[in-house]
Amino acid sequence: MISFFVNGQKVSVDVANNVRLLYVLRNHLEKKAAKFGCGLGQCGACTVLIDGNPTQSCDVSVEFAAGRSVTTLEGLSEGEVLHPLQQAFLEEQAAQCGYCTAGILMSAKGLLDCNPNPTRAEIVDALARNLCRCGAHLRVIRAVERAAKILRGETH
Amino acid sequence: MSRPLPKSLNVNPFLDSWLRFDCAKRRVHLFSGKVEIGQGAMTAIAQIAAHELALSMRELDIVSGCTERAPNEGLTSGSYSVEVGGTSMRMACAQARTLLIAAASRQLATAPEHITVADGMFLVRAKPSNLSYWDVAGEVDFHQPVTGEAPFRAINADGLIGKPVPRLDLPAKLAGSGFIHDLALKDMVHARVIRPCSPKARILSVNDVAARARPGVIAVIRAGSFLAVVAKTEEGALSAAKELSVLTVWKENARLPGGSPVTEWLPALPTQDEIFEIRGADLPPVTGGRKFSATFSRPVLAHASIGPSCGLALLENGGLTVWTHSQGVYSLRDQIARVLGMSQAAVTVHHMQGAGCYGHNGADDAAFDAAFLAHALPGRPIRVQWSREDELSASPFGSAMVIKTSATLDRAGKIAEWEQEVWSGAHSQRPGSAGQPNLLATTEFEPPWPMSEPADPPFETGGGGLRNAISLYDIPRYRLKHHFVKDMPVRVSALRSLGAFANVFATESFIDELAEAAGVDPVAFRLDNLSDPRARAVVGAVADMAGWRYRDEAVGEGRARGIGFARYKGRAAYGAVIAEVVMEEGISVSKIWCAVDSGLVINSDGLTNQVEGGIIQSLSWTLKEGVRFDGARILSTNWEEYPILGFAEIPDIEVRLMNNPDEPPLGSGELAAGPTAAAVGNAVARALGVRVRDLPITRDRVMNAASL
Repeated sequence: MISFFVNGQKVSVDVANNVRLLYVLRNHLEKKAAKFGCGLGQCGACTVLIDGNPTQSCDVSVEFAAGRSVTTLEGLSEGEVLHPLQQAFLEEQAAQCGYCTAGILMSAKGLLDCNPNPTRAEIVDALARNLCRCGAHLRVIRAVERAAKILRGETH
Repeated sequence: MSRPLPKSLNVNPFLDSWLRFDCAKRRVHLFSGKVEIGQGAMTAIAQIAAHELALSMRELDIVSGCTERAPNEGLTSGSYSVEVGGTSMRMACAQARTLLIAAASRQLATAPEHITVADGMFLVRAKPSNLSYWDVAGEVDFHQPVTGEAPFRAINADGLIGKPVPRLDLPAKLAGSGFIHDLALKDMVHARVIRPCSPKARILSVNDVAARARPGVIAVIRAGSFLAVVAKTEEGALSAAKELSVLTVWKENARLPGGSPVTEWLPALPTQDEIFEIRGADLPPVTGGRKFSATFSRPVLAHASIGPSCGLALLENGGLTVWTHSQGVYSLRDQIARVLGMSQAAVTVHHMQGAGCYGHNGADDAAFDAAFLAHALPGRPIRVQWSREDELSASPFGSAMVIKTSATLDRAGKIAEWEQEVWSGAHSQRPGSAGQPNLLATTEFEPPWPMSEPADPPFETGGGGLRNAISLYDIPRYRLKHHFVKDMPVRVSALRSLGAFANVFATESFIDELAEAAGVDPVAFRLDNLSDPRARAVVGAVADMAGWRYRDEAVGEGRARGIGFARYKGRAAYGAVIAEVVMEEGISVSKIWCAVDSGLVINSDGLTNQVEGGIIQSLSWTLKEGVRFDGARILSTNWEEYPILGFAEIPDIEVRLMNNPDEPPLGSGELAAGPTAAAVGNAVARALGVRVRDLPITRDRVMNAASL
C-alpha cells in the first residue's frame, strides 16, 4: 500500500511502486482532471502539484508521491465556488478544445502560489512545459494575469 | 420567403429530427449532426436556435453526433458547421416558432401577425398573454418537412446573434472533465494496440506467452498484423504492450523519402495529371510582358493533437455501442458494421469530445480498434488509448505539396496570366469514402482490406490539393495543372484547410515577388489587381490596423512586415494577415494583425478565438513543423522530434471582425492558415532580402537562402 494526500485527503492505493502517478490518479482515485498527453513528460497535460511544485504526473511513479501532498484541478474549487484561476479562464474564454487546460491551470497555480504578481515573462516561463495545439495561448496568459489580480484583491 | 435548403435539411427534412419540446420540463432539446471539436460550434448553433425560438440559451440543450438521435449531417469539417448546420437549425427553429405562433393564434383568437414571442411567452400586440410555448407545443405536429420558408427573426443589437456568448462546454472542462478520455464505463478494461513499426509492416512472428501470463491480462488478440492486449488495468495493458512490442518481429515494407527535400521526392512519384483552363484560354497569348516563375513546398504535417486518440466500445445483447471523437459518426458506424458483419441498426456510435481536432486524425481508427476488440470480447467495455508515438505516426497526415507558380506582368505592371502547377497527395481518405473502410486496423488484418483508390475532393466543391489554387486576383488568363500523387509513401487525409495552406503560401508569396518586380507596394499591388469589394475591404482594413508603411521600411534590416490574403476555398470567409518578424538568433514573429469577413457574425468571441487559433497553428506549421522519415520509418514520434510553437514564441495578435450581417455566416477556423504563412514568408523576405519558398521557414533555411 502506498499512502499520500490528494487534495487534502489521505489516500492509500494497492499498486506496484513503479506505476505512473497519472494512472493512479485517473483510474484508481477517479481524479480525471490530469490528462494523458504523451507519457513522456513533454507536454504538461498531466501536470499536478506535488508539495506545491508543478509536476508532470506521467513522468513520476506513485512511489514518488508517497507521504506527499498532491493537488489536482479537482482540488481547486470549493464546492460550487470556482478558484480565481478557473473564474479567470472562464472570463477570458481561455481555451479552445480545453484538453491542455487542466495542466496549464496547475502550472499557473504553482506560479501564483509563490509569485502573486508575476510579469508576463514569468507567466510564459511558468508555462514553458505546457503545450497547446489549438492556439489559446494569448487568452491563457491574459487569464493568468487576471487570476493574479483577483487573488491580490485588485478586481472581483 | 423561399431560400435554398442546406444539404443537412435535404437529408434530414423533418422538423422533429432537429428539435423536441419537453413541455413538462419547459425545455427544448436540439439535435445536431455537427459536433463540438474544440471550435465552439455547439455554442454558436445553440445561440442561433435561441435567437430564432426567442428563448434563453438556458432553456436549450443539444444532443450532437449520436447515430440514434441526431440528424445525419455527414462530417463536421470544412468550416461548414455554422454555415450549413447553423443555417439548418435556424430554418428548423424559425418554422417551429411559426407553428407555435399559429397554435397560439387559435387559442388566443388573434391573428398570428399580432403575436410575437419573448422568452417562450406569447405577446399579443406586444402585451403579455398568459400563454407560452409549453402550453401549445403539444398541439403542434413537428413531424413535417422544414420548408425554409418560415420568416427569420430580425437580428438586432439587443439580441444574441453576434454576442460573445461564453462557450457552453468550458465550465466542465475547466473543472477537469468533459472528454471521451475521462469516460469510465462500469467494469471497463483497458486495451493497447501494438502498431507496426513502420507503415504497412507485417508481423513475421510474435511471442505472446509472457504477456498472456501476466497477472491482469485478459487477452492478447491478433488478427493478421493487428496485435492488441486487453488488461484489467491501464498500467497492466501498458506493460504487457511494451513486452509484446519487444517480442514481435516485423517485415518492413515502407519506402519513405528519408531526408531528401519535398521538391525532389514528391514530383518524382507517379502522378495523374489534369489541366483546368479556368479562364482566358481563348485569349491571344500575352506578348511583351515579363515572365516569372517560382517553386514552393510544404512538408508532410501531423495533426499533433495534445490528446492521443481514444475509443470505447461494448458489445452487449447483440448490440455494439461505440464512443468516439470522430468527425463523422454515421460513416464510422456504417464501416464498423460492414467490417464486423453486423447490421447498421445493431451499431450505435456516440460522439464525445476529444482533444482539438484539425481534420481526419486517429479518432476513427481508435474507435474501430475498440469496436473490433469489443466484438471479440462480448460483455467487456473496452477502452483503447493510443500512445503519443501512434498519434504522431499512425494517424493520417496532411500531404506534402509542391507548387510551381508562373505569371506574366504586362507592360502596365498588371498580372496578365497565371499558371499554378500543384503536386499533392490526397487530402481526404476518410472511413467509407470511395468504397473501402479506410480504418487502420482493417489494413493490418490478414488479408488486409485495401485502402480506397485515393481521390481528391472535387475541385468544384473546393478541392483538396487544388484548394485555393485560384486566387481572387483579376487575372485574364488562368490555368491550373494538377499532378495528383495517388501512391503517397505515408497515409494522407484531411488536415485543416487541406491544400489551401500551401496554395495560399505560394500564391501570396509570389504576388509579393511580382509586386517587387513591378516596383509597387505589396498592399497597393494587391488592391490594383483585386476588384472584389469584400476582398479589398479586408486588405485595406489590415493595412490600416498595422499602420502599413512599406516605403519607410528598409529591406534587409532584420525587421519587417509582410502581408497575405485569401478568400478560403474562393467562396467562404475572407482573411488578410500582416505579420511583423524580427530576425534575432532565429526567426521571431513579434506581431500579427488580421482582418476577417465571415459574413454574419454569430459569436464574436468564438470567431475571434477560432481565428487566433488558426493563426497560431499556422505559425507553428510555417516556422517549425515537418514530419521526418528515414528510408522506412517515421522518426518524429514525440514532441522533441516534432516540436510545435510554445508559449514563449507566441506573438501579440489583433483580430478585427468585419461584421457583414446581410451575408451568410461562414466558418472561420481555416481562413487564416494560408494568409499567415504568406505574411510571415513575405516579412522574412523583406527583413533579410532573401526569400524562403520551402516550408517550414527555419533559421537554417534562411541561412542557406542567404548564402546562395
